[in-house]
Amino acid sequence: MPNDSAAIEVRDLVKRYAKSPVNAVDGVTFQVRPGEIFGLLGPNGAGKTTTIGVLITSVVPTSGAAAIMGLDVVRNPIGIKQRIAVVPQQSNLDRSLRVREILTFHAAYHGVPHREREERADSLLNELGLGERKNDRAWRYSGGMSQRLMIARALMHAPDVLFLDEPTNNLDPQSRLFLWDRIRALNAQGLTILLTTHDMNEADQLCGRIAIMDKGRILVNDTAGELKKMIPGGSTVELRVRLPEPSAGARVAEALRALDGVNKVDELDADTPEEEEPDLAAYRLYAEKAPALVGPATQAMLLEGAQVRDLHVKQPSLEDVFIYLTGRHLR
Amino acid sequence: MIARHESRLWLAANAFGATLRRDLAVTRRELPQFLVQALIQPMFFLLIFCKILPGIGLTAGNFAALLLPGIVGLTELMASIQGITLPLALDLGYAREIDDRLLAPLPVWLVAVEKVLFAALRSMVAGGVIFPAAWWVLGSRYAVRGDRIGVLIGMIVLAAFAGSGIGLVIGTVVKPEQISLMFSIIITPLLFTGCTYYPWAALGNIRWFQIMTLFNPLTYAAEGLRYAMVPPVAGHTLPTLPMPWVLLGLAATIAVCFAFGTRTFRARVVS
Repeated sequence: MPNDSAAIEVRDLVKRYAKSPVNAVDGVTFQVRPGEIFGLLGPNGAGKTTTIGVLITSVVPTSGAAAIMGLDVVRNPIGIKQRIAVVPQQSNLDRSLRVREILTFHAAYHGVPHREREERADSLLNELGLGERKNDRAWRYSGGMSQRLMIARALMHAPDVLFLDEPTNNLDPQSRLFLWDRIRALNAQGLTILLTTHDMNEADQLCGRIAIMDKGRILVNDTAGELKKMIPGGSTVELRVRLPEPSAGARVAEALRALDGVNKVDELDADTPEEEEPDLAAYRLYAEKAPALVGPATQAMLLEGAQVRDLHVKQPSLEDVFIYLTGRHLR
Repeated sequence: MIARHESRLWLAANAFGATLRRDLAVTRRELPQFLVQALIQPMFFLLIFCKILPGIGLTAGNFAALLLPGIVGLTELMASIQGITLPLALDLGYAREIDDRLLAPLPVWLVAVEKVLFAALRSMVAGGVIFPAAWWVLGSRYAVRGDRIGVLIGMIVLAAFAGSGIGLVIGTVVKPEQISLMFSIIITPLLFTGCTYYPWAALGNIRWFQIMTLFNPLTYAAEGLRYAMVPPVAGHTLPTLPMPWVLLGLAATIAVCFAFGTRTFRARVVS
């Protein structure tokens, strides 16, 4: 039963590939509201790309249902393709065409009238900073430019829903920030966006809601803020100190453990660039009210003769949430 | 805001037309390369077999009339395969340049049909340009009867679609890393058992080989083209494979390749 008010609706979706003993997607249910940026977060092989595959009609579901803008993906693939656009992980630009033609032909496939597609191509190329290279062949493009060109192409037929599969994977930091800005701007114009990522920071930066996937299932689905509240104890205090002598590490940790309200103390890698400093140590303190530990911890270090180099209250990241849920790191 | 057509038929027809325009635009840009590619092999065939060998007395002078239809059929087949098999194998393998057309609002099997139609058009052009080229190379030995021009056009079209149908099947079944193997084990036998260099009826003495050639679609194309092209010598018409068999052979090839090829294509792009 497609829900008309949802941009994307997925219900009990299962996909098992031929010859596979397990379900790649194993009973996934979620909804994306119009105008939302929704993230599917999880390690490689979690089933994110297969889920997107079903939604963009390139994967036939084994069971369950999926709809976009109220249209069933299995029954009406043509209607779906008209309303969606896809920016894949790896470049699939048509290298036989020139950059501008990639856009105009894409629009022609989608039935955009001639004059409109010419105007739209020019304005999108300028908007994405590609205006000066519109007559190049696409194979001359760097990764960041290909990605921008694929986004321009995706927008040529004014889709309702945009799918971004690992949009900034393998991009340099500058291209990445540029793309994040573009994605936010597009969303502000009302475009619904579903993105997959295994980058916690990216999900945190962009997504209104995030579904964490692992082994074909959605483990949790909420806003980043709510997800982080799942970690018991919440925030932590991390501190780096110079020990009075290299062997004092255990004694200092003991002193921290003895502080009121501390549940647990982890000794971390000092992670210092100056490797010849064996007297540096780092600790993470877990407590119900971590910020309240700042004063007592500093005082305890003074008493132990350790010199505090750095001390901060750390908010949990989505990475921590994933580790908490699965016991594994994302990569 | 862009106005939306709600008719799926209109959308699919439009997308089909646009993908065909895309292929034509790309080919127009590389027209010289395409023509060189299409012509170089037939030109050398004609030069060696119809000019040099008769010149040194190794073949009869009228061999040119027998060989030319075979060369047209062979060239069409090769042009189809070059026009669809290699691009498709690469595209489905890793280039994925076809993705944008697969996401266009048309059924995926129509994307395959467009590939076949386009490869067939290329093939017809490649077959057609041999005639002026042969006239130029062969000079007085150029002999094509003019009273079966309708049959000739029909055979050129059928041969083109049979070739691109075969190309679709090979291109969707063979993986990119197996392409050179494919040329050895599929293309080479296809070339040599297809009655390109010899008329089918003359194989009567080598019965097993004559029967073997009937499993090769190129045989039907070459024989049909011979029927349409070879002029009678002293009132005698060259015996060919009977035309109903020619038409049946080509029609069956086209039908089977279309049915099978669009399925394998779909299986490669939709999982």
